[in-house]
Amino acid sequence: MAEEMRIVLRNYGKIDPLNIEDYLKAGGYKGLEKARAMSQIDLINEVKKSGLRGRGGAGFNAGAKWSFSYNTGAEVKYVVCNADEGEPGTYKDRIIMENDPQSLLEGMAICGYAIGAQKGYIYCRGEYPYVVDILNQAIDQAKAKGVLGDFDIEVRMGAGAYVCGEETALIESIEGHRGEPRFKPPFPPVAGLWSNPTIVNNVETFANIPVILEKGADWYSSIGAKSYPGTKVLTLTGDVNNRIFIEVPTDTTIRQVIYDFGGGIPDNKKFKAVQIGGTSGGFIPESLLDTSIDFDSMSGIGAALGSGAVFVMDETRDIVDVVQRITKFFEHESCGKCTPCREGTKRMNEIICRLNSGQGLAYDLTTLEKLGRVMSVACLCGLGQAAPAPVLTTLKHFADDYSAHLN
Amino acid sequence: MSAYINIIQEYKDIPGGLIEAYHALQREYNYIPEDAIAEAAKIFGVSEARAYGVATFYSYFKVGERGRYVIRICESAPCHVAGAAEVVKALEQQLGIKMGETTGDGKFTLEFCECVGQCQATPVITVNSKPYLDVSPEKIPGILSECQ
Ligand SMILES: Cc1cc2nc3c(=O)[nH]c(=O)nc-3n(C[C@H](O)[C@H](O)[C@H](O)COP(=O)(O)O)c2cc1C
Ligand code: FES
Repeated sequence: MAEEMRIVLRNYGKIDPLNIEDYLKAGGYKGLEKARAMSQIDLINEVKKSGLRGRGGAGFNAGAKWSFSYNTGAEVKYVVCNADEGEPGTYKDRIIMENDPQSLLEGMAICGYAIGAQKGYIYCRGEYPYVVDILNQAIDQAKAKGVLGDFDIEVRMGAGAYVCGEETALIESIEGHRGEPRFKPPFPPVAGLWSNPTIVNNVETFANIPVILEKGADWYSSIGAKSYPGTKVLTLTGDVNNRIFIEVPTDTTIRQVIYDFGGGIPDNKKFKAVQIGGTSGGFIPESLLDTSIDFDSMSGIGAALGSGAVFVMDETRDIVDVVQRITKFFEHESCGKCTPCREGTKRMNEIICRLNSGQGLAYDLTTLEKLGRVMSVACLCGLGQAAPAPVLTTLKHFADDYSAHLN
Repeated sequence: MSAYINIIQEYKDIPGGLIEAYHALQREYNYIPEDAIAEAAKIFGVSEARAYGVATFYSYFKVGERGRYVIRICESAPCHVAGAAEVVKALEQQLGIKMGETTGDGKFTLEFCECVGQCQATPVITVNSKPYLDVSPEKIPGILSECQ
């Protein structure tokens, strides 16, 4: 029986999130103190050595990213926390912020010291106004205690655009513009917010930082999968007995997640598919359930760890019907800046709708496949590039569901 | 008119404050009044087209009137398989309007939305951003009667 391991959620249920004294008593802000006693380079190297990779989906080594901003030598730099959490089926960043907001602030302050930034922004999705209140209270308390030193943090609220989770779109949004992704390079660590070097990291990434400082890089890198160490917070939804969140070492398998933690499929039904990483993740069949959830193992089977959403479907679910919900989502959320995404998501949804209503032809399946392949390389940002994944993986693993819909 | 100006003015000196100003307007009115866009453009020194472009980009903002209670139904996949469609049907029936419409007395507006991050208890709806969990058609009358 696999077991949970709570690093990010170490204080969950143990402290009053709205009382900084509780956090301090639990050892809070020791990591920041330790960080500030180190040189910036040593600190960045320590984070690099821990092997911590981004928890927002792209899986980039956090310390390596920080070093790019550090190396620029610019005078004004920013730390931005991505709390946009737009992937359907995901609520882990909310759980972290609601239950332990100070650990996020501490992680950001450590990053600020490492790269030489005095200002941080938390971009919190507009659907979480109650979380914004918690964050503002936590910031006020941290300022009053003086724990953040000269590092300032401000909360900005998103307004219901999935694409704003993409880091350059998020930056555009903080600047007060439409949230359309930028052309890259330059990448944000070199030229981001108001063209200044900017580190964008996910909530869960930042919440790992204080513990890494406290317990050391070697301790952290020994947990979970070698190439993507640590833990991952997962949220279980759909046809699973326990619709819960869990934090597990990254070498836990998908099967353990669904059966040991999720308690299996309700009503004695059979498992059919699981989509991991949110709406842009691939669909995974029974035969691949023994894959470990770490970033590289998931990429290896043509899926993604993404945000850590685990959406389970039982044997009664019609895959084409579920995929139609997903293609509609992408059509709606495409920002329209680049043609392959704007047109591609629209046509993809059109074809899936046709199939779902029983009007599709075998020819449609070939078109879908081709369209999906083109989009995954031709779209400007990750939204359009990942949008075809649910379609392509279901065409591959659940072809029978599609055949059943053909006219 | 001057009420808009006062609200927007507060965010004038915040870098990128236009979106924060829109949030403040929406907190006050539940939508962004058309005229406020022109005021915001003036105050932030951008063209009206640009100010309008920002307001309409974000699905959380609504330019033009809507009801005092905005009910949004999550139709993302986890809520979809949990029975969001039945919730939609019940809401439409009981309010006598279709999705996207506002009741004649200006009290309720029905809108679709995507995942609001409360997926531990699907299907989910929100009423003026407050989430209601594990919603079923039977729970709708109770939720509506809370809106006074
Ligand atoms: C369409 C799209 C949506 C995204 N949404 C999120 C999100 O909600 N939260 C997040 O942390 N990263 C999101 N990302 C990834 C970010 O662009 C970025 O890689 C991440 O915030 C970096 O932080 P990390 O290195 O700590 O993961 C999204 C990317 C794309 C392309
Ligand atoms: S899927 Fe509906 S709230 Fe997350």
